[in-house]
Amino acid sequence: MMKHFLVEHDRDDLAWVTFDKAGESTNTLSAETMEEFAELLDHLKKQSLRGVIVRSGKASGFIAGADVAEFIAIKTPGEAMSLVRRGWSTFQKLAALPFPTVALVKGFCMGGGLELALACRYRIAVDDPATRFALPEVMLGIIPAWGGMMRLPRVVGPNAALDMMLTGRAIDGKRAKRMGLVDALVPERVMHNAARSMMMEAPAARKLPFAQNLLMMPVMRHFVAVGARKQVLKRARPEHYPAPYSIIEHWEKHDGDPFAMEPTHPHSIAAISQHPTTGNLIRIFGLQERMKSLGKQSSFIAKRVHVVGAGTMGGDIASWCVLRGLTVTLQDQSPQKLAPAMERAADLFERRLRDRRLVRDALDRLIPDVTGAGVRGADVVIEAIFENLAVKQALFATIESQAKPTALLASNTSSLKLADIGATMRDPTRLVGIHFFNPVAQLQLVEIVAGERTAPRWPEDAAAFVRAIDKLPLPVKDSPGFLVNRVLGPYMAAAFRMLEEGMQPEMLDKAATEFGMPMGPIELADVVGLDICLAAGRAISGESPGSNESPARLVNLVAAKKFGKKSGEGYYRWENGKPVKTAAGNIPAGVTERLISPYIAEAKKAVAEGIVSDADLADAGLIFSTGFAPFRGGPMHYAATL
Amino acid sequence: MSAKPIYIIDGARSPFLKARNRPGPFSASDLATATGKVLLNRQAFSPDALDEVILGAAAPSADEVNIGRVAALRMGCGPKVPGWTVMRNCASGMQALDSAMANMHSGRSNLVLAGGADALSRAPVLFSDQMVNWLADFSAARTLGQKAAAIARFRPQYLAPVLGIIRGLTDPVVGLLMGQTAENVAYRFGISRDAMDEFSVRSHQRVARAYDDGWMTTPRNGLPVEVVPIFDAKGRPYLEDDGLRRDSSVENLHKLKPFFDRKYGNITAGNSSQVTDGAAWLILATEEAVRTHHLTPIGRIVDAQWAGLDPAQMGLGPVHAATPILQRHGLALNDLDAWEINEAFAAQVLGCLAAWQNDKYCRDELGLDRAMGALDSEKLNIDGGAIALGHPVGASGARIVLHLLHVLRRTGGKRGIASICIGGGLGGAMLIEALQ
Repeated sequence: MMKHFLVEHDRDDLAWVTFDKAGESTNTLSAETMEEFAELLDHLKKQSLRGVIVRSGKASGFIAGADVAEFIAIKTPGEAMSLVRRGWSTFQKLAALPFPTVALVKGFCMGGGLELALACRYRIAVDDPATRFALPEVMLGIIPAWGGMMRLPRVVGPNAALDMMLTGRAIDGKRAKRMGLVDALVPERVMHNAARSMMMEAPAARKLPFAQNLLMMPVMRHFVAVGARKQVLKRARPEHYPAPYSIIEHWEKHDGDPFAMEPTHPHSIAAISQHPTTGNLIRIFGLQERMKSLGKQSSFIAKRVHVVGAGTMGGDIASWCVLRGLTVTLQDQSPQKLAPAMERAADLFERRLRDRRLVRDALDRLIPDVTGAGVRGADVVIEAIFENLAVKQALFATIESQAKPTALLASNTSSLKLADIGATMRDPTRLVGIHFFNPVAQLQLVEIVAGERTAPRWPEDAAAFVRAIDKLPLPVKDSPGFLVNRVLGPYMAAAFRMLEEGMQPEMLDKAATEFGMPMGPIELADVVGLDICLAAGRAISGESPGSNESPARLVNLVAAKKFGKKSGEGYYRWENGKPVKTAAGNIPAGVTERLISPYIAEAKKAVAEGIVSDADLADAGLIFSTGFAPFRGGPMHYAATL
Repeated sequence: MSAKPIYIIDGARSPFLKARNRPGPFSASDLATATGKVLLNRQAFSPDALDEVILGAAAPSADEVNIGRVAALRMGCGPKVPGWTVMRNCASGMQALDSAMANMHSGRSNLVLAGGADALSRAPVLFSDQMVNWLADFSAARTLGQKAAAIARFRPQYLAPVLGIIRGLTDPVVGLLMGQTAENVAYRFGISRDAMDEFSVRSHQRVARAYDDGWMTTPRNGLPVEVVPIFDAKGRPYLEDDGLRRDSSVENLHKLKPFFDRKYGNITAGNSSQVTDGAAWLILATEEAVRTHHLTPIGRIVDAQWAGLDPAQMGLGPVHAATPILQRHGLALNDLDAWEINEAFAAQVLGCLAAWQNDKYCRDELGLDRAMGALDSEKLNIDGGAIALGHPVGASGARIVLHLLHVLRRTGGKRGIASICIGGGLGGAMLIEALQ
């Protein structure tokens, strides 16, 4: 009697294997399920069948991948190798079955799940937005060693396979069909017929086109690998992120066989399993899961969102909510003021949705609103106007009088105290902060701010809302700069000070990126806008606009209306959306330390003051907003390892 | 009519966008959706509370089958709100209002979104019949020889496109272009080219004044704005009617050549309505819906009338539709506080005024004892009309009802008639009462 798999035989001698992991809503490949699957395969092998169809019994998707909890538990290289061997040999058994096999995939098919599907002779994808294929192992610092590195290049060719394995990128059904990852893309209504007929007809397995096949020859593999390494080097340094280099090496030299590499090789599984990056990335994955579970205790569901203020933040919050399926009314004083936000939204929908009808539907869900009529029907009202306390207070007085009693009332303020904004409300316990980061479409983190008087239900509803739009909620205390801007402040200030000392901006940026930041502080300042940096710095430090504590160069640039990227010039000159940089000089000793230590010191202080509930959440929050070097596991974790 | 009152709760229209010899930025359902979602957003009820959505459209595109349903779904009314489409050519938008009224009178509906939309700039360009036949022969050809023979039969003139817009503006029964029927009206009543051009200049001047005084795009007289901003697929805004010519003058109009009866006619592009894209919606409610949703009516539709006449004189339709309403309510022309007569052609509006002043016409065609008299031109189209704004066929009937209500509220008037001529020989009219 099997616990996780159900096998049904039909009159065509087909075995329908349904994976339905007991006690879980999602299929993952744990040790127990893999053992059971291996036994099942041994059993099926002895039968005379026309084919085996592997499918999922979960509505959520096909298979989410390996059980991450088991990775976390790995301590020794030996444990790592035995986990790899278990998956590898099980899928070898699947591939060796003496009759046709097909994976029938609806919903996500990730990591080990895709490696299972690749071990089948055919793959059928159900044409559905939720159907996605990926080998995201690299994001956890590990490699697809259950046959993925061997089989994926054979199915889709080395270039496409390396792209998937090195970026972790997810592929939708249409793309999977185009690249040959699946043999058929069918609507759900005919998926069973499709699987059955593929088994009965058992067409010859798809062959790689000639040119792709050529690239599989040893000499050519070398060139492909050189090119791939060059690409990876642009984004990840080998000493920080060994996994992508390991994937390339395994494919190039060993055809994806994880056992062929010497365990002493720095790219062997034994080696990367002990590399600190791997542990750090897996830990961050766990923290991300923890943030995803926030807000689960709330049953709050939002359908309509009203955003006040169509500036960069308001406009981008609105378009993001629309992209996630909500209807949004976007308010500003005039249609002219709404226009830039509408244009950016149209551009976002075009890029992200591509499908003509989906783009049209998204545009239809974004409703221009010059009178604020949308407040009445909104489930969430988000204020994103300029930072002026009196104006915000007046606005919330209007909002409060019109909004539904169940509506979530939120401010996106970054430099004002939430409690001050709420002070003049009839019911100040209602106001919550939902603080997004720029660019909204790219940064996953959203700070949920509870003011002194905010009632507990609202931050919970806010977290549920933030999850519903697929962002990561981080509950923070109502203190200047909350967590993220507060920690960034001293780091940016240090960078500005070093500039005033005459250091080269390019060099400072290089020091930061070499440390592992996604972008240097000077370039970041230009991107955020120097006017905003100056105002935020003053707000956090409590400095008055008249005083001269702010960096002189920054003050001068702002006075000259050189705001950075948005005005075409700041510390850098910007051309076609890119800063014009000269070659960075050598980084003098101590510069990196001087840049990073204020960041870490401030993070420690924020944790000590209870701005966030614990150091882990501080790490996760700062990684998913400022991009603090993920391989270092976050500033608190990094500080602890120093 | 003793039937239960039909209330107007609110209404809005898109800016009317002049066709510029290529497909415009919006399809008809784009216009209807962009306008309707803004209108629905300012209501006290949620869009799924509507009992139905009715849209009049004369020329929806091939992928807008049952455009009323398409618009309802796209505006977020949800799958359960029925949506349908009506077609009465130039009065399709007014027909939508009338169909809503009929369903409300019969008790089927209490709260209806009704209006009209057309994107005439997207009227199809068609293959000729000869080309279609040739393509059929060619695809039926099996062998190389047959195919070669088919190719040999091809003639370049097959490629000459057929303009859907010209077909649509040609009366299918009498075979006249709409402008030619207006020439008939002008000939019948002796309306001069000068009179037409002067009327047209005034239309532009009146629209310009209406914009300058903020009557179109700012909330006035307790009414939300009539012309709402719409944004295209690139996010670009459209805020005002773009066919308005502030520099319009009789001298300029005199230079234009006759368009329909070439060379010898009087009707030019300048004294005709413009070919335009646009949409207009009204929200209609019964007493019951007003109570349930706590609505504040701004007016009501008191009466409606359709009339038929010789298709070759279709421009006189308003005379035939409005007169029975006047008779039923015991009203003379100037007893009304304001009039909207859709300006398909200056000649045709002037023709209507002339017909009412003509004893013989009123006797023979309307069965009256004598002429109705002269309609005060200061009560007619006081904010201009389709000559300056354009005539997005399906939308115009709804637009004039909506605008009439705005005019009545502004001038403190009580009753008015909106009337429209209809290609094919029809007229439509509605008696509107403003609730101040």
